[in-house]
Amino acid sequence: MDLARPYVAVYTARFLLMLQYRAAAFAGFLTQCWWGGIKIMVYAAFYRASNPSTHPAITLAQVATYTWLNQALLALMPWSCDPEVALAVRTGVVSYDRLRPVDAYAYWYARAAAFMTARAVPRAILMALVAGVAMPLLSFRELSWAPPPSAAQSALFALSLVLLVCLASAFMMLLNIAVVVTLNDRWVSQSLNPLLVVLSGSLVPLALYPDWAQGALFLQPFAGIVDIPFRIYSGNLAGAFAYGGLALQLWWILVLVFVGRFWMARVMRRLEVQGG
Amino acid sequence: MDAIRLLIRYGSASIRAQIQYPFNAIMLGVGQFTATMIDMIAIWALFARFGALDGWRLGDIAMFFGLVSVSFSVADFLSRGFDVLGAEFIKTGQLDRLLLRPRTLTLQLIGNDMRLSRFGRLAQGLVVLCIGTANLDFHWTVAKLALALWAIAGGTALFFGLIVIQGAISFWTVESLEAMNVLTYGGVQAAQFPLSIYARWFRTFLIFVVPIGCVAYFPVLAILGKPDPLGAPAWFLPVSPLAGFAFLAVSFLAWRVGLARYASTGS
Repeated sequence: MDLARPYVAVYTARFLLMLQYRAAAFAGFLTQCWWGGIKIMVYAAFYRASNPSTHPAITLAQVATYTWLNQALLALMPWSCDPEVALAVRTGVVSYDRLRPVDAYAYWYARAAAFMTARAVPRAILMALVAGVAMPLLSFRELSWAPPPSAAQSALFALSLVLLVCLASAFMMLLNIAVVVTLNDRWVSQSLNPLLVVLSGSLVPLALYPDWAQGALFLQPFAGIVDIPFRIYSGNLAGAFAYGGLALQLWWILVLVFVGRFWMARVMRRLEVQGG
Repeated sequence: MDAIRLLIRYGSASIRAQIQYPFNAIMLGVGQFTATMIDMIAIWALFARFGALDGWRLGDIAMFFGLVSVSFSVADFLSRGFDVLGAEFIKTGQLDRLLLRPRTLTLQLIGNDMRLSRFGRLAQGLVVLCIGTANLDFHWTVAKLALALWAIAGGTALFFGLIVIQGAISFWTVESLEAMNVLTYGGVQAAQFPLSIYARWFRTFLIFVVPIGCVAYFPVLAILGKPDPLGAPAWFLPVSPLAGFAFLAVSFLAWRVGLARYASTGS
């Protein structure tokens, strides 16, 4: 346990710091309600207006729950590198990080995980209250955030959510290292974000893309950040498929952590410190 | 005329400053182009999956989306000063300097910073309009083009008005109010699709409260020559962008109220 203590400590400190940004969280929350509401009305119109034979392998109610979950947990997506890392690289503070007697990868990894989860938790709670409690009471039951269909499915989702955070943090670590190399956080995230939005299932649930692409879409790493966990939640991925999804998330975590550690070791060996 | 000349000088100064870093300027524009273009992938995927939407085709949606993108990009290009008013002018006390100059505040805030990156969204809007035109086998006439420009003018006025209100609110909050993004970026998002698919209360909001429907939905119907499935009279469709200008007038009233109570901050 002693071995993990510095990483747990840095996670907790960052988590508490990020909880302070309440105004930003509120603005983000409003935007996410608006976006989620529009998306679901559009999906509902498409489902209503079309022949059931064209419908994808996911129901409208499941798509609605998926969309609310996605909006609630938007902060768990690796949009950019850790802003503190970007600043440390630009100002030269990164040299302090190099002096700490901890594993550099794990240290940044824990901070990245705290950054994302602390931003996600208040937004997710508000969203659950609005889309999960208020909306059904206001008779928008069909388009609201429904609970998981069974206890088994909830347990699988809990596991998948943990894997989601691990996977997203591993992605963020790659962005962090890319920023150390390029010194430019904006271009790195700008070139990766479209890929992230389209392939994770955040733009539209992956099941809505054409049938011929489904296999490849399920196997690629971004699916583990949105599509797999949220389909497990709604029961759209159950049984063997759910276990397969979890295994894929785990596989991609291992791959990304391995690549990240390897890359970081190489980059840090010849690090140029900026600033003075 | 003096004001226009000054604005052009302001604009060319801020653009010259940005092209000192040409690679940076181009990358930001390209970034905005791709980031806004991916919504077209969603629209394509939905139509590929479901076929049609209550008689609307992919081309129709592209027309709505393209037109509103062009309007927003122009407003965004002109309104950066109002957007960052709280953080960059009120909080720092810089606004006092602008107030001392012998020109209106509006002119100086428009000229403050014209971002080249907005051309990324403009290009996206034009490309999406081309996609719509090609998909519908649509033919532009002079009258239709004039109607489109009129709708873009109304849309620019509306979005500009929203950002002026955002600036006016920062006379009270000091900070720039991020929550207004719901109506600006969110408004573009909502106007991508025809109003007829939305719930009634949401439609009412988009027509009568923040009249985004009047600068995108109704004029595009007029351009496409379609009757409104919601039953708006045919004469109303081409005149509806007037609502954008009315909204701008109201937002400048709010601006005046805010400015009147401004008593300087900063040091």
